[in-house]
Amino acid sequence: MPIIWTKYFMNWPAAPNAVNKLIDMKQILIFIRKEFAHVLRDRKTLLILFGMPIVQILIFGFALTSEVKDARIVIMDQAKDAASKQIISKIAASNYFEIDKTVRNSQEMKEALKQGEIRLAVIFPANFYDDLVHQNEARIQIIADAIDPNNATTLTSYINSIVQDYQMDFNKTNNIPYRITPELRFLYNPELKGAPNYVPGVMALVLMLVCVMMTAVSIVKEKETGTMEILLVSPFSPFKVIIAKAVPYLLLSLINVVSILLLSVFVLDLPINGSVLLLFAESILFIITCLTIGIFISVKTNTMQVAMLISLMGMMLPTILFSGFMFPIENMPVPLQIISNIIPAKWYYIMVKDIMIKGLGFGAIWKETLILAAITMVMLIISLKSFKIRLS
Amino acid sequence: MSEAVIKTEKLTKRFGDFIAANEITFEVDKGEIFGFLGANGAGKTTAMRMLCGLSTPSSGKATIAGFDVYKQTEQIKKSIGYMSQKFSLYEDLTVLENIKFFGGIYGLTNQQIKTKSEELINHLGLQQEAKKLVVSLPLGWKQKLSFSAAILHEPKIVFLDEPTGGVDPVTRRQFWDLIYDAADRGVTIFVTTHYMDEAEYCNRISIMVDGVIKALDTPRNLKDTFHANNMDEVFYELARGAKRGE
Amino acid sequence: MRTIKFLLQKEFRQIFRNKAILAMAIVVPVVQLLVLPLAANYEVKSVSVAVIDNDHSSYSQKLINKVTSSGYFKLTGYDFSFKQAYQLIESDRADLILEIPQGFERNLVRENGQKLFVAVNAINGTKANLGSVYLLNVIQDFNSDVRLQFIQPGALNWQPTIDVASSNWYNPLLNYHVFMVPGILAILVTMIGGFLTALNIVKEKEVGTIEQINVTPIKKYHFILGKLIPFWILGNVVFTLGLIVAWLVYGITPVGNLFLMYGFIAVYLLAVLGFGLLISTFCDSQQQAMFVMFFFVMIFVLMGGLFTSIDSMPNWAKVVARFNPVSYLIEVMRMIMLKGSGFKNIAPQLGYITLFALVFNSLAIYNYKKTS
Repeated sequence: MPIIWTKYFMNWPAAPNAVNKLIDMKQILIFIRKEFAHVLRDRKTLLILFGMPIVQILIFGFALTSEVKDARIVIMDQAKDAASKQIISKIAASNYFEIDKTVRNSQEMKEALKQGEIRLAVIFPANFYDDLVHQNEARIQIIADAIDPNNATTLTSYINSIVQDYQMDFNKTNNIPYRITPELRFLYNPELKGAPNYVPGVMALVLMLVCVMMTAVSIVKEKETGTMEILLVSPFSPFKVIIAKAVPYLLLSLINVVSILLLSVFVLDLPINGSVLLLFAESILFIITCLTIGIFISVKTNTMQVAMLISLMGMMLPTILFSGFMFPIENMPVPLQIISNIIPAKWYYIMVKDIMIKGLGFGAIWKETLILAAITMVMLIISLKSFKIRLS
Repeated sequence: MSEAVIKTEKLTKRFGDFIAANEITFEVDKGEIFGFLGANGAGKTTAMRMLCGLSTPSSGKATIAGFDVYKQTEQIKKSIGYMSQKFSLYEDLTVLENIKFFGGIYGLTNQQIKTKSEELINHLGLQQEAKKLVVSLPLGWKQKLSFSAAILHEPKIVFLDEPTGGVDPVTRRQFWDLIYDAADRGVTIFVTTHYMDEAEYCNRISIMVDGVIKALDTPRNLKDTFHANNMDEVFYELARGAKRGE
Repeated sequence: MRTIKFLLQKEFRQIFRNKAILAMAIVVPVVQLLVLPLAANYEVKSVSVAVIDNDHSSYSQKLINKVTSSGYFKLTGYDFSFKQAYQLIESDRADLILEIPQGFERNLVRENGQKLFVAVNAINGTKANLGSVYLLNVIQDFNSDVRLQFIQPGALNWQPTIDVASSNWYNPLLNYHVFMVPGILAILVTMIGGFLTALNIVKEKEVGTIEQINVTPIKKYHFILGKLIPFWILGNVVFTLGLIVAWLVYGITPVGNLFLMYGFIAVYLLAVLGFGLLISTFCDSQQQAMFVMFFFVMIFVLMGGLFTSIDSMPNWAKVVARFNPVSYLIEVMRMIMLKGSGFKNIAPQLGYITLFALVFNSLAIYNYKKTS
């Protein structure tokens, strides 16, 4: 300590400034401590803050898979011969299908499909085996409930390959000529789990929720209850008020990031393939983006309810819609695709996916980083400007 | 010969370890204006909510208009009117719509509602405002309207919880005129207040401190007992020993 | 009855006077029904393929042509090294790598067999799955073409084959709107019903008017009915609007009985409104009610089978889905609107929803206390 003081005296013109800064820091720390007290005291909100990501990760990671399995189907076997029975037992043995029941006629089959739980019907015509052996050609009919188009296509192709398989077994004696065997490799996600796609999305969503909504609501709350005026008449500068408001949410968000990453590594078995440091750096950038948006909303609104509605409708919904983790952007009409470019979460989502799942380095994501940084700067300038206007 | 319309005996309300109202015993006669005084947090609102059937007592006895506060809360509700601390008419309905609504749910006939609302609006001088949203009225008028709505169905007793909070002296005076009118018609008035001049308007008053009724008498007798010049001094004498408060 | 009349009169006046609520109840659902199906299009139609052609033969050329002309694929290029192709995957410019090894044509002709290598970016499982399925189908087609060319015409059928003919019912064009619109309509009806009811009652709590109601002699069930009926009607209005949008914009008209649809919605709304009521009895502020509703609606929607089928979920999630009223509505909407299912088909779902309605409402009535 004495050394520092002598330094101040030696270099006296700089001293008052430095001392002021020291006092400033202390003020801000006091303020930040008050903000933490607010946040930590509101147990219900805190529960939502930390419970929401956990529930979302569990739902997205476990319940929503793009993998298709256990589809319930019905069989209409009019042949009841060796061939049809073998194919049926192959279908029954696969993980993809669960044979609900066998139906006798097309009337029963139609009824079964109308029941709602049946995704597909497989029909073996009479004399299936005979046709196969004597005519060298037999026919199987599949009727898919195509309301969910992708599901129907996938299930149909699975039945197809089971039948191919059988055909191969059947022809084992005769070697098939000119055969092409495709070797398929699924990169990054061999089991086609939902998690690699959803975890980065949930991170974007949660950070958005915590930073935008919570910051906006907590600042507007001070406006509504009138404590903001007390702060504004205090010697504490309004910018510092805002900064102090933002710091606790930055820290809380980082805790959320850590907990999501821990969950995904240890519960979802989803390793972080890239640099953890880079992941955190980009997360901090995105958190700052969200905080500036939250501050902007708080400057523009006067009641908590409006702030909440705007954060929900104006930020949450577009994030879910346009970040690309729930809805494929490439299939959207062009105007919507263009809109998606101004959604910060989209860029963050791409970066997290690249770092975490693909294991890429900064070289691959510098463009996205730049775009996000630019959006942040623009938001920061706009909100600081409107904040100044408010004050004068 | 007067009859008691409110009778309580050792009425108590506990919230966990906290005794909000402790063995309250008193009677209020028909047509009486009964002032219920106490510092903030003394237990007035709790006591009043028990008498209105909004809150079940922990122990003790009470009857309102002859009905038991434990078993006959619904009958009690038919014979009382209530005006809470918070303004509680619907602000997004008009004056007339509010009157019709409250008349309707108290089971008045359409004819009664019609004559009553006309009477009320003329009486309060609200002809111009009848079709305006309540939210646009000044606070004083809102309070008068609230009171009128509370006695629309001609209850035997009306409970007023700090009815004149935040209202200017002139409007307060007018408000008390309404109270006297109602009392003249035989309605029993049970009122809490922080204004000591209002306390003087009451026939009898009780002063509650820390959940217990410390004094109960006419304003004149209380002043005599405590050798005080006005109710302020009486109140101060009793309430300064209070341990609870906001 | 007269009491209920007065309560209803009051509720309707308040609803019609509050432009924000009307907008939320009418405009928002219509806009969402216009935008969401546009966004929620999971059709896999243009998968980008990067081809590594190490053979440069007429066969490899033919295979590439076959891939591009199938209509499912977009060729990023065909002359990459593996490293280049992998970078394309990394930068999301390609979804699939098809590697044709050196000697492809020669081996196929001389040695009767040859391998092909396919690598798929599987982060998006659906796309990876379908993309690879499409590509494998193309390769198989190509394979039979080759075979046909070599096998003597006389011996064409020397080997038994099974022909699989598939047809797609209810949605023959595999149109994603058909899948999404009824589901989204189900979500909207749920949100409007649940949110508005919960917020409405909590608002009366917050403002204090509920206290004034509590000192009046009106019965509990009067009050609850007075709240339920207006929002029940509003829910039906939203549903009708949704049906009209589905018809005008997406050309989806109910195949099944419209009365059956309304009958189911009638019971379903009772269940959802009951849920809203129940939430409102637990919450003290509108902010809290909104958070809690948001939380539940999120779970209901994600686990309701709107986007991904419930069949594929793990068992614990299937159990959760059993307790999710939204999953029944989405299912029944699709059944009646698209499949023309009848009363007999939806009877089990109707049974569950009736049970939900009874449980939620009795809990709400039990929990709504006039006296504390």
